[in-house]
Amino acid sequence: MIKFRLEERANSPYWLIILSPFIAILVAIILAGILIVLAGANPFQSYYQLIIGAFGSKNSVAETLARATPIILTGLAASIAFRAKFWNIGAEGQLYFGALATTFFGTGLVVLPSILMIPFLFIMGALAGGLLLLPLVLLKLYYKVDEVVTTLLLNFVVVLLVSYLLEGPWKDPMSLGWPQGKSVIEEGVLPQILSKTRLHLGFIISIFFAFSIWFILSKTVIGYRIKSVGLNAAAASHAGVPIFKTVLVVALLSGGMAGMAGVTETAGLKGYLTLDLSPGFGYAGIAVAMLANLNPIGVIFSGVFLASIYVGADAMSRAMNVPTYLADVIVALTVLCILLSLVFVHYKILFFGAKKYD
Amino acid sequence: MTTLLKVEKITKKFGNLYANDQISFEVKKSEVLAILGENGAGKTTLMNILFGHYTPDSGNVNFEGNAIEFGNTNNAIKLGIGMVHQHFTLAENLTALENIIIGRQSIFSLTLPKRNARVKILELSKKFGLPIDPDELVANLSVSEKQRIEILKTLFLDCKLLILDEPTAALTPQETDALFSTIRNMIKTGLSVILISHKLNEILAVSDRIIVLRNGSSVGEIDTNSTDREKIAEMIVGKKIDYPKKTKIPKKSKVLSLIDVSYKKPDAPNLSKVNLDLYGGQILGIAGVAGNGQTTLAKILSGHFKPTQGKIIFEEAKSVHTSPKSFMDLGVAYIPEDRNSDGIVGDMEIWENAIMTEMDDPFLRNSLGIINKKTSFDRSENLCETYDVRMQSIRQRSRLLSGGNVQKLLLGRWLMRKPKIIIACQPTRGLDEGAIASIQKLLLEAQQNGSAIILISEDLDELLTISDDISVMYKGMLSNPTESSSTNKLSIGLQMAGDGFL
Amino acid sequence: MIEFIEIIFTAGFWAATIRIACPLILATIGEVLCERAGVLNLGIEGIMSIGAMVGWMTVFLGADLYTGILAALIIGGIFGLIHAIFTVYLGASQHVTGIGITMLASSLGFFCFKLILPASTTPPKIKPFQPIDIPFLSELPFLGPAFFQHTPFTYLAILVVIFAFWLMNSTPLGLSIKMAGENPMALEAQGIDVFLVRTIAVVLGSALMAVGGAYLTLSAFDAFYFGMINGRGWIAIALVIFASWKPERALMGALLFAGLDAYQVRAQQLAGAIIPYQFFLMLPFLLSIVAMVIAAKRTRYPKALLIPFRRGERH
Repeated sequence: MIKFRLEERANSPYWLIILSPFIAILVAIILAGILIVLAGANPFQSYYQLIIGAFGSKNSVAETLARATPIILTGLAASIAFRAKFWNIGAEGQLYFGALATTFFGTGLVVLPSILMIPFLFIMGALAGGLLLLPLVLLKLYYKVDEVVTTLLLNFVVVLLVSYLLEGPWKDPMSLGWPQGKSVIEEGVLPQILSKTRLHLGFIISIFFAFSIWFILSKTVIGYRIKSVGLNAAAASHAGVPIFKTVLVVALLSGGMAGMAGVTETAGLKGYLTLDLSPGFGYAGIAVAMLANLNPIGVIFSGVFLASIYVGADAMSRAMNVPTYLADVIVALTVLCILLSLVFVHYKILFFGAKKYD
Repeated sequence: MTTLLKVEKITKKFGNLYANDQISFEVKKSEVLAILGENGAGKTTLMNILFGHYTPDSGNVNFEGNAIEFGNTNNAIKLGIGMVHQHFTLAENLTALENIIIGRQSIFSLTLPKRNARVKILELSKKFGLPIDPDELVANLSVSEKQRIEILKTLFLDCKLLILDEPTAALTPQETDALFSTIRNMIKTGLSVILISHKLNEILAVSDRIIVLRNGSSVGEIDTNSTDREKIAEMIVGKKIDYPKKTKIPKKSKVLSLIDVSYKKPDAPNLSKVNLDLYGGQILGIAGVAGNGQTTLAKILSGHFKPTQGKIIFEEAKSVHTSPKSFMDLGVAYIPEDRNSDGIVGDMEIWENAIMTEMDDPFLRNSLGIINKKTSFDRSENLCETYDVRMQSIRQRSRLLSGGNVQKLLLGRWLMRKPKIIIACQPTRGLDEGAIASIQKLLLEAQQNGSAIILISEDLDELLTISDDISVMYKGMLSNPTESSSTNKLSIGLQMAGDGFL
Repeated sequence: MIEFIEIIFTAGFWAATIRIACPLILATIGEVLCERAGVLNLGIEGIMSIGAMVGWMTVFLGADLYTGILAALIIGGIFGLIHAIFTVYLGASQHVTGIGITMLASSLGFFCFKLILPASTTPPKIKPFQPIDIPFLSELPFLGPAFFQHTPFTYLAILVVIFAFWLMNSTPLGLSIKMAGENPMALEAQGIDVFLVRTIAVVLGSALMAVGGAYLTLSAFDAFYFGMINGRGWIAIALVIFASWKPERALMGALLFAGLDAYQVRAQQLAGAIIPYQFFLMLPFLLSIVAMVIAAKRTRYPKALLIPFRRGERH
C-alpha cells in the first residue's frame, strides 16, 4: 500500500498561492464538463454559450454585475465570520431579515429625501441582519451552543416568517394574489447606474463595502483582533484580547453585510419583497469567500465570477438544453477544488512505501 | 547477555534540522538502558522511530535479529516493543480495560473478548504491583493510575522491550520510587527497559547503562556504575551553563490576597477554600501533581475564571471586574502552561504577537483604531533585542520560533509592562538548559525589580532553587507556605500525595 | 381544549410519529458515527437529498424497492468517501468540506433528475413500500395500528439503531471509532490505522444518511421533490448533540422530536384558523435550537472532533 504524509511548508511559494484558485476553477470546470457530455451536449460550445450569456452584451454584463451585488455582500459576510472562525452559515436568513427591514421602513413608514433615505435603508438592513445573529452569538458565548447548526436552522425559520408576512399582513393588495410585499417608495429605490439595464447603485455600494472591510481587517485594531481570535482564541484571550467583544463585532459586521444584501435586492433589483428574492445567495457567499481565500478585495472578483456562472448558465441552458443546475454543480465543485488547492499550498505531500531493510 | 535490540546509524531530519544524526546503540536482555539528554536532543524522536511513528531518513534497527519495518506501529507491537509516551495515549471516554484491549483483534472482528482480558490484566497487575480498576473510566483516574494503565497496556501485549519516555515528569517522589521498583521487577522477569529522562538522579538510581544524546548525536555510552553525576552532566550539556543565582530580598508590601476562594464547576479541576497572600519581591512556588487545581488557580488569578466563592483582593483596587483585560490593567501578567496553544498565535507574525498585549497604547495606534506599523515594528524589534528572542525577521510567522524563543517573547511581552504580579505556569517545561537558565534569570530580575511572582511548576528542583516560599496543591486545597530553605523534596513529595491535608 | 389532549390517544398520532422519526433516526445515527470518530459531517443535508433522489430514481427506472435502498446506500457511501478523503486524509476544514459536499450532492441530484426527466412539471410517482401487518401484534387494539402496521423500511430503521448500538458498544470497530474521536494518537499507539477507522465511520455514516433520505421517497412519500429534505439534515445534527452522541439516545431524541412534529400537524388542523400554518412549520427548527440549548450544559463533545489527525507530526 502506498503511504503518504503531509508535511507543512514553512513558506508557500508565491506563484502557488496566486495560481491555486485559478487551477481550482479550471479543474471544477473540467469536471462539470463531464456532466455536460453526459447531458449530450458539446462542452466547449456550452461553455462558449455560458461566457456569451454572462458577458456577451452590455445587457448581459449589467445582469452579471447586478447578480454579483448580493453575492459580494454575502461573500463579505462569510469572509469576516470565517476569519474569526465564527461559522455563520445563516447569511440566507440574514439577507431576508434585511429585506424585511427594507420593506418595513421603506414602503412609506419613513419618508426622507433620497440622499438620506438610501443610507437609512442600508443601516436598517444591516441592523436587522446583525440583530438576527445576535441571539445566536449570545447562545454561543454564554452556553457554547454551536453556531453552525443554529444559523442554518434559523434560515428556515426566517423564510417561513417571510412567507407568513407576504401571505398575510404585509401582502401588497395590488399584487393580484401573488405573495409579494408593497413597493419601496421612490426615494428609497436604488438608481440605475447603466441605462436600460437592471444594474443599480447597489453594485457600487457593495464594492465600497468590500474596500471598507478590507481596510478594517488589515489596518485596524479590530481587524487585528478578529485575526488573532480566529487563529488562536485561547492565546489571544491570554494576551488580553476581549474575545466576547470581538466575536460580537464579527457577528454584527457579518450579519450586517448579509442584511444589506437583502436591501440591494429589495430596494434595487426588484423594488419589493418576494419569497424567491434569494435563490441561495447566502450559501453562494460561502463559495465566494472560500474562492477569495477570505480576502475582501478578492471577494469582488470571485463574486463576479460566480454571478457570471449563474447568469451564463441560464443562457447556456436555453441554447444547449443542459439543466441550469449545472451552475450550482460548478459552484460546489469550485468550493471543493479550492479546499484541495489550499491543502497543496500549505502542505507538501510526501509519498513513501513500506520499505524493508535487511 | 544476548542482544535484544540493535540500532544502527539512524538519521532523521525535520526540515534542515538533524533530530537524529547517525545514532547507534544496543539493548541487551534484562537491562535498563537510560537515554539521557536535554530537551530537544533527539531522544523522543529516536523512540518514535523505534516504535514506528516516524520513518527515519536512513539507518537500520534489528530486534531479536529481525529488521523492523519503519513507520508501522503495528509491526513494532508485534515484535514485542511497547512504549509509554510522555503524554499519555489514552482515551478518557473509555474504561481502563477498553484502552488496554483495543487493537488486539482486527477492527473487523465481531466480538470483544472482555472477560478473558480482564482476567489477564488483573494477573499482570498483581504480578508487577500495578493496582488498577479495569472498569473505571480513564477520565476519573489520577496521573499515576493512568501511567499504570499505560504500562499494563504494553505488558498485556507480552512486550519484551518497554520504552518509557520521561515517565516521572508528573509523579511525586514517592510515586517515582514505586515506579522504579516495578521496573526492577520487570527486569527480573527478563524484560528490557529503555528509560528516557533528563533527570540525572533517577537515571543513576535505576539504570544499568547510559547513553547521552546532544543535538541529535550520541556523545557517549557509559556503565552507570563507573560514572558520577558531574561527568554525565557535562556530557549532557556540552558547555558550562551559567545558572542564575538567587539573591533574597526583603518582602515588600502585600499586593494580592485570596480569601477562601473556591471554584466548583465541571469545566476544570475544582478549588476549595484557597487562601493566599502575595508580597512584592516574593517568589511563591506552588507544587503539586498535575490536575490538582493549579491551572484553575492560575486562571482565577489572571481573570479567566471567576471564583464561585471567596474574594480576590488587590491592594490597589477596591473591586475588580473578572476579565483578563481588567486584571492586566491591574498589573497581572500570565504565562500560560502550554505556550504553543495558549501563549502564542503561531500563524501570526512575530511583531503581531509582540504587541498583542499593547493594543491600548496610543503610541501604537491612533484614536480611530488604525495600527501604526512603524512604531509597532520598532517596539517589537526592541522587545526581541532586549529579551534575546532569536529570529530572522519580525515579519516571520511565530510558529517557526523554538520553544525557548517563544517563551522569551511571551515573558518579554509582559516584562515590558513592568507587571506587579507574574503568574508563571510551568515556564521552563520542555526547554533546553540554556533557555531554562535565561527564563529563570528573567524571573529573578523581575523579582529584584519588585514584582511578585507565583511560580507553578512540577519541577521540584526548580521550585526549591528559585522560590522564596513553597505551597503545595492537593485536590484543590492549598497548603500554607513554607520557606524553601527549610524544606526538601521528600517532604514536598509527601504533601503532594496528600499528607497534611484534611 | 380537550381535543388537544385527545390527539395523543389516537393510534394515528403514534403511527405518524414513527413515520416522521424514521428518516431522522437514520440520519442522526449516521451523523453520530461520523462525529464519534472525530469528523463533523455537514454534508448530511445534501447526502440525504441525493439519497432520496437516487433511491427513488432507481425504483422509477424499474428496479425493486430494496435495490432502491441499496442504490441510496452506495451513493451515500461514495459521498462519504469524498468527505473522508478531504477531511481525514488531507485534513481540510470539516466545516467547509461539509458545506461543499452538501452543495455538490444536492445540485448533482437535481441536475441528474432534470437530465432524466426534463419535462416533468408534476413529479411522477412510484409504488412505495406498503405497510405490512405483523401477525397477531397488528391486531391488538390501539397498539396494533400504532406500532405494528408499518412498512418494512420502518422496521429496517429500527434494526439500524440496534445495529449501531451493538457496533458502538460491543465491537472492536466501535471502540476504535470512539477512540478515534477522543484521542487518535492513542489509537495509533495501539497499532490501528486512524485514517482507516475514521474513513469507515464517515462512509458508513454517510450511507445511513442517504438511506434516511431514501426513506422519504420510498416509504413516507412516493415522489421526489426539490427541497424535500427541508432542513432534516440540520435537525439531525442538532439531535446528535441532544443525544450526547449515543445511538440509543438518538432514537429517543428523534422519537420525541417526531412526536412533537406529529402533534403540531394535528394541532394545526384544530387551530389552523387562528394561528397561521407557517408558525407550525417553524416549530421543528425552533425546537431544534431549544434542544441544543438544553443539551449545552451537559454537552461533552468528542475531544478530537474537528481536529485532523496527521501521521508522524512533530509535537
